[in-house]
Amino acid sequence: MALIELRDVRRVYDLGEVQVHALRTVTLDIKLGEYIALVGPSGSGKSTLMNTLGCLDRPTHGSYRLDGDEIVTMNRDERARIRNKQLGFVFQNFNLLSRTSALENVELPLLYASGIPSRERRDRAKEMLGKVGLGDRYHHHPSQLSGGQQQRVAIARALVNRPSILMGDEPTGNLDSKTSREVIELFRELNEERKITVILVTHDQNVARNAKRTIVLRDGEVVADTTDFERALVSLNNEPLG
Amino acid sequence: MTLMDTIRIALRALVKNKMRAVLTVIGVVIGIAAVTTIVSIGQGASRLVNGEFENLGTNVVLVLPGSTRRGGVRQSGAPTLTAADCDAIGTDCSSVLAASPIVGTSGQVIFGNQNWNPKEMQGVGADFLTVRNWSLEAGGFFSTGDIESSAKVCVIGQTLIPKLFRTLNPIGELVRVNNVPFRVIGILSKKGANMVGDDQDNVILMPHTTVRKRINGSPVDHVHAIMVSARSGELMAAATKEIQSLLNERHDVGRNEEADFSVQDTTEIAAVLDIITGTLTLMLSAIAGISLLVGGVGIMNIMLVSVTERTREIGIRMAIGARGKDILRQFLIESVVLSCIGGAIGLMLGTLMSIAATYLINAYKPGTEWPIVVSFPAAAVAMGFAATVGVFFGYYPALRASRLDPIDALRYE
Repeated sequence: MALIELRDVRRVYDLGEVQVHALRTVTLDIKLGEYIALVGPSGSGKSTLMNTLGCLDRPTHGSYRLDGDEIVTMNRDERARIRNKQLGFVFQNFNLLSRTSALENVELPLLYASGIPSRERRDRAKEMLGKVGLGDRYHHHPSQLSGGQQQRVAIARALVNRPSILMGDEPTGNLDSKTSREVIELFRELNEERKITVILVTHDQNVARNAKRTIVLRDGEVVADTTDFERALVSLNNEPLG
Repeated sequence: MTLMDTIRIALRALVKNKMRAVLTVIGVVIGIAAVTTIVSIGQGASRLVNGEFENLGTNVVLVLPGSTRRGGVRQSGAPTLTAADCDAIGTDCSSVLAASPIVGTSGQVIFGNQNWNPKEMQGVGADFLTVRNWSLEAGGFFSTGDIESSAKVCVIGQTLIPKLFRTLNPIGELVRVNNVPFRVIGILSKKGANMVGDDQDNVILMPHTTVRKRINGSPVDHVHAIMVSARSGELMAAATKEIQSLLNERHDVGRNEEADFSVQDTTEIAAVLDIITGTLTLMLSAIAGISLLVGGVGIMNIMLVSVTERTREIGIRMAIGARGKDILRQFLIESVVLSCIGGAIGLMLGTLMSIAATYLINAYKPGTEWPIVVSFPAAAVAMGFAATVGVFFGYYPALRASRLDPIDALRYE
């Protein structure tokens, strides 16, 4: 059984006069420990797919099983629990709480996972920050950190509750090329050494190239799903006929 | 997340916007301070009133002469009560602790080359002190024998001492009351001013028989009033009934006839005064409560702004696993913490204000001892009320925050 099983997933936004088909039909499996890049032009539905996989959004049709649990029929609170326990998010603009120290930002997911004493929360957050190389920045606020450091705080926050999946929405979009490489390296390390499933949405070919499997989306459909990045690149650059 | 964690987060969020938090809280501070001050002054007033009635005597029932009817002419204030009536009340009514006749007079008290007109000059019975719940500072009181023999003895209130005797010990001295010589045998303990501000120690007491015969020169055994005290507060109604039926019998009042006396229960007066002060307090509190309401609306307004401002923060929290109820709780507790801080400051301010008000009242009306009342139940109620305001006005903004869609919230700029 795969970690993630999507079956005929569709997402329709009802805007009253028009219906927007963000995902027409997506069926795919993702196994534990995979490293996946979701690519596609703007409006291809990759963000919607990301939100769906991240249990932030709910498909209007189809089935999404995460670790055997059906997500589509879950209520808001149950999905929140899944996000807390199973998933970690990293965003393009870091999305750290401002005027809150790095340590407290990292502690946040543990705060919402009930039953963890504050001492343990603190220790785990410190440990995680140490692992992303910020062991000396506990009490810095996001505004006092560089972009790369902020993104590392965000990665520490995403991983502190030991999720099986790490999701990134353009995680290097706001970083310069050098820090981008560092962050990409961190993802690779997490995937190879700690066996964390990584799913990234990206425009950055360097990021996508690093992934072991590339899924290309166009107009709400998967047009390529391959481990060969060059083939993915071809189908990405291929304008559809007609 | 424990409650302590949530409160900590709420406090931190408030500290981030200190100025705003302070301004928001002022509404609640003023509301709670106003309510506290008014309630505390009101309670002071009602305690003053109650103290006054206790001063008057414990559980006092007054029997006053009523109107008489002779040949169709109604005459009020005619002397209809006698000392014998008083003795009968004292011996026959089981709920009555003691009774004393009162015969009033007025005039001048002279000692040596000093003279003084006491405000109250009364002829009373031997049980008067029991009835009035009064005690002696020095000396003794006149006995039943003194009353029967119309002895020329008197007991004086403390106001008279400096006026007549200066530094001399009054006991044993002879004073002249309207030119009748009386020997001072006792000094009353100090009672202070009553609620109207009259000095209650400006008094001279003599046996009622002596006053009637020697000073008023009345040959008939009439008294102006009978003051009775019941055995306990609960027995006052019973005592009133017993006195009524006893006097009806003694005065031959028929079933449908108007009695020639009236029995007044002082607790009724106290109760009425209590209701008046209570109603006033309640009314003023309600007005002050409106400001609390305004403060609550202020909190709601700021919380709504805060929710909008922090939409992104809400989105982040939701993305990493906060449930709707976590967000709801966070914002609700923030507004409750805000209003409780306001309540606590308001309570302190209100207490200070009521102490200041009490000092002012006492300064402007010397002799009055307006009590300072800091009521803990009232403080608890005020805090509870402040918290309720926080919950009530914080709920809607918190609910709005908790219902945000995480994706929209994350995208919010």
